[in-house]
Amino acid sequence: MAVNYSAKEEADGHPAGGAMPGGAGGAVKTRKPDNTAFKQQRLPAWQPILTAGTVLPAFFIIGLIFIPIGIGIFVTSNNIREYEIDYTGTEPSSPCNKCLNVSWDSTPPCTCTINFTLEHSFESNVFMYYGLSNFYQNHRRYVKSRDDSQLNGDNSSLLNPSKECEPYRTNEDKPIAPCGAIANSMFNDTLELYRIDNDTRTPITLIKKGIAWWTDKNVKFRNPTGDGNNLTALFQGTTKPVNWPKPVYMLDSEPDNNGFINEDFIVWMRTAALPTFRKLYRLIERKNNLQPTLQAGKYSLDIAYNYPVHSFDGRKRMILSTISWMGGKNPFLGIAYITVGSICFFLGVVLLIIHHKYGNRNTSADIPN
Amino acid sequence: MAQDGTARHCTALHCSAWHCSALHTTHDPLSCAVHPQSNCIKTSKYNIITFLPVNLFEQFQEVANTYFLFLLILQLIPQISSLSWFTTIVPLVLVLTITAVKDATDDYVKRCQLPPNSTALSLCSLRQEQWMNVRVGDIIKLENNQFVAADLLLLSSSEPHGLCYIETAELDGETNMKVRQAIPVTSELGDTSKLAGFDGEVICEPPNNKLDKFGGTLYWKENKYPLSNQNMLLRGCVLRNTEWCFGLVIFAGPDTKLMQNSGRTKFKRTSIDRLMNTLVLWIFGFLVCMGVILAIGNAIWEHEVGVCFQIYLPWDEGVHSAFFSGFLSFWSYIIILNTVVPISLYVSVEVIRLGHSYFINWDKKMYCAKRRTPAEARTTTLNEELGQVEYIFSDKTGTLTQNIMVFSKCSVNGHSYGEHKRPEPVDFSFNPLADPRFQFWDPSLLEAIKLGDPHVHEFFRLLSLCHTVMSEEKSEGELYYKAQSPDEGALVTAARNFGFVFRSRTPKTITVHELGRAITYQLLAILDFNNIRKRMSVIVRSPEGKIRLYCKGADTILLERLHPVNQDLTNVTTDHLNEYAGEGLRTLVLAYKDLEESYYEEWSERLRRASSAPEAREDRLAQLYDEVEHDMMLLGATAIEDKLQQGVPETIAILTLANIKIWVLTGDKQETAVNIGYSCKMLTDDMTEVFVVTGHTVLEVREELRKAREKMMDASRSISNGFSYQEKLSSSKLTSVLEAIAGEYALVINGHSLAHALEADMEVEFLETACACKAVICCRVTPLQKAQVVELVKKYKKAVTLAIGDGANDVSMIKTAHIGVGISGQEGIQAVLASDYSFSQFKFLQRLLLVHGRWSYLRMCKFLCYFFYKNFAFTMVHFWFGFFCGFSAQTVYDQYFITLYNIVYTSLPVLAMGVFDQDVPEQRSMEYPKLYEPGQLNLLFNKREFFICIAQGIYTSVLMFFIPYGVFADATRDDGAQLADYQSFAVTVATSLVIVVSVQIGLDTGFWTAINHFFIWGSLATYFAILFAMHSDGLFQMFPNQFRFVGNAQNTLAQPTVWLTIALTTVVCIMPVVAFRFLKLDLKPELSDTVRARGRRGWARGGRPLPWGSLTHPPVLSSGALHSARAEEAEDPAPVHAARGARGLPPLRLRLLPPGGLRGAHHVRQEHAAQLPGALQLQRPAQRRLDRDPA
Repeated sequence: MAVNYSAKEEADGHPAGGAMPGGAGGAVKTRKPDNTAFKQQRLPAWQPILTAGTVLPAFFIIGLIFIPIGIGIFVTSNNIREYEIDYTGTEPSSPCNKCLNVSWDSTPPCTCTINFTLEHSFESNVFMYYGLSNFYQNHRRYVKSRDDSQLNGDNSSLLNPSKECEPYRTNEDKPIAPCGAIANSMFNDTLELYRIDNDTRTPITLIKKGIAWWTDKNVKFRNPTGDGNNLTALFQGTTKPVNWPKPVYMLDSEPDNNGFINEDFIVWMRTAALPTFRKLYRLIERKNNLQPTLQAGKYSLDIAYNYPVHSFDGRKRMILSTISWMGGKNPFLGIAYITVGSICFFLGVVLLIIHHKYGNRNTSADIPN
Repeated sequence: MAQDGTARHCTALHCSAWHCSALHTTHDPLSCAVHPQSNCIKTSKYNIITFLPVNLFEQFQEVANTYFLFLLILQLIPQISSLSWFTTIVPLVLVLTITAVKDATDDYVKRCQLPPNSTALSLCSLRQEQWMNVRVGDIIKLENNQFVAADLLLLSSSEPHGLCYIETAELDGETNMKVRQAIPVTSELGDTSKLAGFDGEVICEPPNNKLDKFGGTLYWKENKYPLSNQNMLLRGCVLRNTEWCFGLVIFAGPDTKLMQNSGRTKFKRTSIDRLMNTLVLWIFGFLVCMGVILAIGNAIWEHEVGVCFQIYLPWDEGVHSAFFSGFLSFWSYIIILNTVVPISLYVSVEVIRLGHSYFINWDKKMYCAKRRTPAEARTTTLNEELGQVEYIFSDKTGTLTQNIMVFSKCSVNGHSYGEHKRPEPVDFSFNPLADPRFQFWDPSLLEAIKLGDPHVHEFFRLLSLCHTVMSEEKSEGELYYKAQSPDEGALVTAARNFGFVFRSRTPKTITVHELGRAITYQLLAILDFNNIRKRMSVIVRSPEGKIRLYCKGADTILLERLHPVNQDLTNVTTDHLNEYAGEGLRTLVLAYKDLEESYYEEWSERLRRASSAPEAREDRLAQLYDEVEHDMMLLGATAIEDKLQQGVPETIAILTLANIKIWVLTGDKQETAVNIGYSCKMLTDDMTEVFVVTGHTVLEVREELRKAREKMMDASRSISNGFSYQEKLSSSKLTSVLEAIAGEYALVINGHSLAHALEADMEVEFLETACACKAVICCRVTPLQKAQVVELVKKYKKAVTLAIGDGANDVSMIKTAHIGVGISGQEGIQAVLASDYSFSQFKFLQRLLLVHGRWSYLRMCKFLCYFFYKNFAFTMVHFWFGFFCGFSAQTVYDQYFITLYNIVYTSLPVLAMGVFDQDVPEQRSMEYPKLYEPGQLNLLFNKREFFICIAQGIYTSVLMFFIPYGVFADATRDDGAQLADYQSFAVTVATSLVIVVSVQIGLDTGFWTAINHFFIWGSLATYFAILFAMHSDGLFQMFPNQFRFVGNAQNTLAQPTVWLTIALTTVVCIMPVVAFRFLKLDLKPELSDTVRARGRRGWARGGRPLPWGSLTHPPVLSSGALHSARAEEAEDPAPVHAARGARGLPPLRLRLLPPGGLRGAHHVRQEHAAQLPGALQLQRPAQRRLDRDPA
């Protein structure tokens, strides 16, 4: 943008005492307005103008910046390996079809196994996600149905959860911990991954820690405090959420991943913005530099199918993905950048032509009388 | 007396020593209930106790505030509440507080301005009383130069016969003094003891607004005495030349004729206000529509999906059907979408206007050093309307003129004096009796006197003899003249300084000091001045015994009565007269005639008989006067300058160029008004024609108006070719045909014609005619008529009107017009008190409108556009999100962001723009008055602009939602975790929104002062500061349920993807705007853009501003809707210089009269036009201009 500073527009030629003819002693209070730049609206100012000299280069520069960025993102995104399986089981052919109408508390859990083949090997760390569709974690009533105070380990909230948790606030006169619809609907399928090598199933190590935000795990979520570290005792007087098979203090065997600070639980509690979402389930770490994390080949996915989604037309997926500096696969961003960059560049050209052909090229030229 | 039942009785009771306070009672049973009116006029609204409830009550009458209260109540219902209560209450309380503070200060200021306090003496033991304590029935004493505090019946005065002199400038604008006389029985009540015995009773008409009429009867000592206006002193007058007088209060306070005339006070709103209210209603309708759409969406969703999703999310208690859920969600959505009807809008607008008002108060260039008065914006709510004014109604006396008459030129025996100005004024020290304040700049006149030129001597002798001035000599040589009209005073003073000093008069003699010699003339007769004769004469006998008649009068009359031998001299003098008149001077012609002793004897005998004749006395006298004032010898002519205020012609010229029409409404007489019209260049000799309407009956007035219109139409028909005229006629209404008229016309109309013209069946006709004229002068109008004229224009023209005046007679029009301006610093503050703006010089009007008004309008429009834009961009995101969250009224943003967005993150930059923005520097708006036009045409903010802003806002909101949606749908963070969690999404959208609207305000801000920088960058910084603070661990630890977004800011904003998204959104939102604006600027620049660009280059080239006026007439008119007349004017190559008149013109000056010579025009200008050969009249600049026009 064109720049000019028009600081002093005119020298102030008014004689200082002109306002007081014969003023007695000069101490007379004059009503003459102060001659300050502010009061006289003469503050120095930068007055940008959209001229061809500034606008056109701006368009070209944006084009030239955006297109490479877009290409970069696009290429990066394309190099990311991603594999996705829908295991909802709506198709009759699917191995999980039998579990379609499973209920929360069916014991033993319905299990099914899906075999799949990776065409390409996954070189770096692999992230395993579960994805849900048509699941409204962003519904207003759902989003608010939690008590962060309780989740932060506040003992009074533990026993007297917020009203927001209704109707999952109490069960049989006992406060629910964790209360609310979000916690109650926690995803509870268990996924296990095996590599099939010559008909032998080798289990792949799935790491369940390190999947939640640091702040969530260490600040936002805390177990109740009290004497000792016995979670069972600390959660004394509360009851488990209605849909859960076991109470919150039995989510995991490791004490630093149990109770409210169970990472699966934390991940679930960070509600999704959109009705179709994926959440990080497990990490698969690269063992050594010689072997890819997941070689190309056959795999099988063992599913303990506990989580009913069929009633509301939901879908469940398992996703394996590697990531880059900008996260997982994201074709939209790259394409958007390339498109916007090109449009800007193109617009720059069009504007340039218009400006040269019809434009008031010289806002400068004298205006004809 | 008892014409109507409400006849008013007031009685001055016998005042005795024990009861000296003002007494009042009513003797009539009918009016017992009528409380005597106090003289106090109260306008403040609150006191300390009532302030809070009354103010809150008033504020909640504002629809917007009630609406927000209603929202607040909605939010307390848990099933509906989609937002915390504080998101609404914080802004609401803020708004109410700011408004309350402002109201309180306004009211406080008002209280201090009341009442116009002076003291009057209340009778009996003559106590000093406050004005406001004066009651009906009191007897009060007034002293010289005091304002009359109430409508009084004059009882007695210091002058003989109970005479007293008053000046009525406040009432009717006339500056000459008027005489009032007490009825003989009371005129002897000259002292308090006698007055104490006065116990008469007055029965009179009820309070009314007729300034020139009064009817009543005084009952005293069993006698009836009729009372008329001659016995009344009205409030607003000033007592002059009378040491004291006593008066009985008949009407006080609001009952006084002046107050009855001032029209009712109305709450003024600007057109932007009204538009804003309409728009807010529309937005409200829009809001309801969106609510309905989303509610239907919700019902369908709950019916199709939600009902199945109940295994995870059961319906709320009490909600049993999708329909009911939809109903609830309607209200939920009303709550979260309410930010489209921005509560902070009204308060921001007020703040901006307040800022603009302060700039007006602070403007050094509108400060009058002489009177030490700065300009004052007395109302803070009308500023932007100042940028849209189309009609100015101006008072004359005291507004355009200083009301000082100055003897400026004269023509004696064919020689014109006063033309050549010397730097030093003429030295009158030879004359001990000279008035030191008198100044004359041409020494040749004094030389002529010293050389003994008999003509010059006779000239000044006439001036010293032929007048009705009274002299007063307090001490030897210290002369004071009391003149009925200031013109006369100026002439006699001139004669005095040139050595012909009028010393004293008796009924039979006049004593004059002629160059040191005292000479006493016998005064034989005075032949009075009146409006028909337009001249006055005296017949005197000199000490030598010669009888001579001296006559002075209007040139139209006098030149016809000269002796034929004067022919040559007459021609020369006429030239001089034309020249003087062209400069706007008031001219008089002087002549004398020697009378034979015998003729005089015979004539005076006839005169004596005629004056005692029982019938037709007036006619017979006039006939006799006429007879003797004949075959006179021409002496010369005088030219008096009715001194205009400084800079008036320039101001009027610039305002005219800014396409503002100026109407002068004056109580003064027609000749004076027309003269002033010429001297302030409202009327010019270049005008095609000046129509004068003086009809006394409805038919005459109608006829005259019709003729004027036909003339104008004929002219344009003959000039433009018939085809295009026909086309115009068929395609548009009559009004626009008249507006498109070619040539410049002016209309002069006087009071009684105006009364007819303002009648319901003629007003439109009158208005059309008047609006087709470039200048309109209404003379002899009453205060109420002034208001009616303003009302008329307001009613039919839908244009913004401004009334400016200084006197009480202007109060009504000041109150009626959209904007009232009072000239302050002179005597009387009634006009100022009623006004919205006040300053002390007419010329400041130009700055008020072209600089302050223009900027205010521009700023307000830019502010509104941006304001609506930012709120739509902000709110509509919720709408799009509704489709992805089951229409559950989930907000996209954190609730704190919603609370703070309007009051913290985005308020100050736009306020700064609204207060400080400037498109072109102030001097440019004076240089290019055309810059004012967009305001008049209302181009910068109207419904169309509004829809553009809204569209831009909606466009932004779409991108604001769908770009993050596209990016986030499947994205993960760089540590593998999910990116598309609700909180990260909220932070991303909020951040890009704040950045986009900040960039947009940066783009809109045309004038980046340090304050703008501070606010814009500061707002961004504040946003991030608050964001990180709200998401910090500390706050969460304290209130875990209130600050759920803990850790979100650092986690989200550390992601490169998020920043890439924000950058993408910003570019996509802003680039089209930039491209569009650039194209507009490049292909169709507004005048302001051009001026701005030029100014910048001018500075770049070396800091010199452009030559003045070089860009007066832009090639690009800001609107295609301009009428051809305007376009034509734009091509007019005449310089802006207001000096487009008198001195700049070639020596041979052609008077532009209509070929037929309309009677009216002759009437006014005949004196200057009489000698004009008809052929020359063809040379009309207007016509030449049109001939060139290819159309």
